[in-house]
Amino acid sequence: METVIEIRDLKKSFGENQVLRGFNLKLHRGENLVVMGKSGSGKSVMIKCLVGLIPPDSGYISVLGKEINLLDQKHLDELRVDIGFLFQGSALYDSMTVRENLEFPLRRHKKRLGDLKNTTPLVMEALENVDLADAIDLMPAELSGGMKRRVALARTLILKPKIILYDEPTSGLDPITAKGIIELMRSIQKKYGTSSLIITHDVDCARVISERMILLVDGVNYAQGSYTELLQNEDPKVQAFFKK
Amino acid sequence: MRWVIGMYDKVREFFIEIGDISFFAGRYFRELVKPPYEWKELLRQCYQIGNRSLVLVLVTGFIIGLVLTLQSRPTLIEFGAESWMPNMVGISIVRELGPVITALVCAGRIASGIGAELGSMRVTEQIDAMEVSGTNPFKYLVVTRVLAATLMLPLLVVLADVVALYGSALVENLKGDVSFQLYFNRVFDALAYGDLVPATVKSFFFGFAIGLVGCYKGYYCKKGTAGVGFAANTAVVFTSMLLFIMDFIAVFVSDIFFEL
Repeated sequence: METVIEIRDLKKSFGENQVLRGFNLKLHRGENLVVMGKSGSGKSVMIKCLVGLIPPDSGYISVLGKEINLLDQKHLDELRVDIGFLFQGSALYDSMTVRENLEFPLRRHKKRLGDLKNTTPLVMEALENVDLADAIDLMPAELSGGMKRRVALARTLILKPKIILYDEPTSGLDPITAKGIIELMRSIQKKYGTSSLIITHDVDCARVISERMILLVDGVNYAQGSYTELLQNEDPKVQAFFKK
Repeated sequence: MRWVIGMYDKVREFFIEIGDISFFAGRYFRELVKPPYEWKELLRQCYQIGNRSLVLVLVTGFIIGLVLTLQSRPTLIEFGAESWMPNMVGISIVRELGPVITALVCAGRIASGIGAELGSMRVTEQIDAMEVSGTNPFKYLVVTRVLAATLMLPLLVVLADVVALYGSALVENLKGDVSFQLYFNRVFDALAYGDLVPATVKSFFFGFAIGLVGCYKGYYCKKGTAGVGFAANTAVVFTSMLLFIMDFIAVFVSDIFFEL
């Protein structure tokens, strides 16, 4: 199976605090991989190292066959078109309408995407995917938490990325909205065949969406396997994740 | 001893910050000349910074003109120098009060606004989202705002000068029976290149400082909502301090070149 993301021996410290101590990961094409860990375990740091937002101290990171640490800014920006990133807090540009939020990445890459005089069909398609076509002219402040997350997902999808990185996609949402977001993630994966790396501490989210899981404890891969395999693992540190 | 160490740390932090801002300014100039250029965002920022500060600057300018004239009149009358009022007010406003007061008002309005806006964008990961979408956030957010502030402040200063002189002329007209035409003739007779050029040049620098510090504080805002408030607040304090230092240097340099 083709590997689209590979991380080997990733290390990152902030001052004295060693967050990642040699983390490893392989994401295959079309796969949904969940990385679970407690708050502050370095999940978000790892995912940000993946897209070059945080430089790692050491380690090898390869995305779609390109080593991130060796790319210059221009090539990194080109690679980022193929990586969608759903931020924990949605990160919608609050001075722009929903339409402008979705048009923003399109206009940035118009050279690569060809003629983009009329972006409306693309924006509408992305919004219809998340069932929010009616919200096109609203401002982010007028949206609920779940709607914001869906608009952010539409913005992530608009460049048709090959990989989507989800940073805590259900955090801060009520259980029903969270379920809706998980369903949406699954339908998008089916429709576009994207590979997904999902960072979460939500066990329900992991159960529904994961094909494979990695437990991140103290900055290293503590355990990995399918949801069922990990659920049956008797190690107390693993069981701690599944206790409600 | 503890007091000395505390002072040493404060001074050290100050110089580290100056160094960081200098690097930030260096990056600004590098990104400024490198394509692509964000014309649309630049125009939007010019509108935001210029138009939205306009009323504040005009009201402040008008009141400064009024107050300066009202306060100076008794003293000038006492010395029989009432006819020198347009010269005194004209030179004071164009050389010093117009640029400095406008810059201070804009520091409160623009630097804090930029600091809070970028700070909030940093805290809510909007800047990261921009970067991940393949956009250079420094170019899009910082370069446009600093350039817009640099270009808009001199225009605001000119407008503030004009309304301040009108305010002064109004007082003279009502209290001293001086016509507007006579007042402005006296003002323009009194002004020389040596008054206009340094004032205009320093306005550009003031605008640059306001934009740069506001952007720096917001762009490197620490996490949390408290960080946003801190960024906005320190942007105003640091800019105001910087404006006075820059004004002193500007007056010093102008004195060498124009023999004020």
